[in-house]
Amino acid sequence: MAKRIEVSGLHAYYGGVHAIEDISMTIEPRSVTAFIGPSGCGKSTFLRTLNRMHEVIPGARVEGKVMLDDEDLYDSSVDPVAVRRTVGMVFQRPNPFPTMSIYDNVAAGLKLNGVRKKARLDEIVEESLQGANLWNEVKDRLGKPGAGLSGGQQQRLCIARAIAVQPQVLLMDEPCSALDPISTLAIEDLIGKLKNLYTIVIVTHNMQQAARVSDKTAFFNIAGTGQPGKLIEIDDTSKIFTNPEQKATEDYITGRFG
Amino acid sequence: MTSDTGVHAQAQARHRATGRPMSTGRLGDKIFVSAARGSGILVLVIMAAIAVFLVWKAIPALQKNEANFLTSEAWNPNATPPKFGIAQLAFGTVVSSLLAMLIATPVAIGIALFISFYSSRKLAAALGYVVDLLAAVPSIVYGLWGVAVLVPHMEGISKLINAVLGWIPLFGGDGVGKASVFTAGVVLAIMILPIISSISREVFLQVPRANVEAALALGATRWEMIRLSVLPYGRSGMIGASMLGLGRAMGETIAVALVLTFVPGINIHILQDGGATFASNIANSFGEASQTGRSALIASGLVLFVITLLINMAARAVVARRKEFA
Repeated sequence: MAKRIEVSGLHAYYGGVHAIEDISMTIEPRSVTAFIGPSGCGKSTFLRTLNRMHEVIPGARVEGKVMLDDEDLYDSSVDPVAVRRTVGMVFQRPNPFPTMSIYDNVAAGLKLNGVRKKARLDEIVEESLQGANLWNEVKDRLGKPGAGLSGGQQQRLCIARAIAVQPQVLLMDEPCSALDPISTLAIEDLIGKLKNLYTIVIVTHNMQQAARVSDKTAFFNIAGTGQPGKLIEIDDTSKIFTNPEQKATEDYITGRFG
Repeated sequence: MTSDTGVHAQAQARHRATGRPMSTGRLGDKIFVSAARGSGILVLVIMAAIAVFLVWKAIPALQKNEANFLTSEAWNPNATPPKFGIAQLAFGTVVSSLLAMLIATPVAIGIALFISFYSSRKLAAALGYVVDLLAAVPSIVYGLWGVAVLVPHMEGISKLINAVLGWIPLFGGDGVGKASVFTAGVVLAIMILPIISSISREVFLQVPRANVEAALALGATRWEMIRLSVLPYGRSGMIGASMLGLGRAMGETIAVALVLTFVPGINIHILQDGGATFASNIANSFGEASQTGRSALIASGLVLFVITLLINMAARAVVARRKEFA
């Protein structure tokens, strides 16, 4: 079910502000691609263009092409709602629906897709929670509010919610930055397991994390305040962290700036 | 000097208790504290004064009353012996206000949802402004508009409701009128629309961006996002808003007084002419009332005061409870 993403000549804007400039890259299916770079370099913005979440911000717009296998996500005939059902997303802060139970949180996306049969829902909810390594911790309290879980559990609940609808791609926007080290480890293990099924793209500020979980790493940078963010290079993670092509990448990963 | 050290000791005690920094004891500080405290106390004093005034002025008539004040439908406080009860007024007030709330709430929430989530920014600003302007229209204008424009047009709608929903006693009865409790409810609905709408809008503005994006990222359409994120979050706020609207509808006077034609006695068929509310009755009868009559009207005002107080307190409690979840 994983699909390849091919981005070409992509620009994103917030009103008059040019946020990212001319990005082209290929993201392979069943792999983890990490985006690293200093704050404000546009990596989250770029991630959000991959499921058309960028444009939900008033005044935001995108130019360029994002091909998901052979379908252009920005073609005028494509419904952004349909895109988001194919490309799932996990956010920086865990955001389960606060008034819903654990079960209903996971089932929310399924119900949007018209799954109504209780038995089918039960089955997918269990599968998804197991997929998110959360089942054992919550199986006895599925009816309890999702907001009552710990931060790390909530984030895994959000992952379960995202994978319940069986997306082609899973986008993760700094999924561990609000979590403690043990929960972070749990999520990283989970990413390693999920990449067998999905195309995963993860934004992270933690370079060790990028090195641990990803197959490919993309480095983004900005020339200065007010300048658009650019993709500096994308390559195998091992290469980026040992022998990058660009001097800026080396400076960043060795901590000389950023 | 002694009071100064006393204040100081108090401040220190408060500091120990709350961990808040002590006042610097400067003159501006003292003036501000006493001005703020004074205003706060003044509100309580005014509320208490109103309650005391109402009770005090109501007692003479209540003592002379020969009928049951709470259950009697007649309102003859000027007769000898005076006989009056609030049953008809309470019925008219509660029914017209509830009706107004039921009509206004869905429309107001629809307006708030449209402004918050569907319209463009420019249109949202303009619409929000217009809705708030509705609240600024004087109620006498609503009353005149109700009599001149709405009442003549209500007959058709009333007949339709009577024909379709006549099996419900409330909408039943032979023949419908225009100057009915139902018409009053419609006018009230328009009057309470702005408050319900603007409070709902404020509640919707507070829906965390994260909840909205969670729904959108799952592939929710805008309406599905509203159902998943906005309505559950805003539920108690919307209930509170509609109850505040109810409270306002109950106290509304002049528009209702202009619309209704008084027919004595409770009429369960609210599409027929007649009916009265606490406020409309006071407005209509105060001028030519005897001393006992005035006292009786004040007694009915006291009942309205208590009812609206209770409803507002309940509404505030509902709105406040939401904050615990946030």
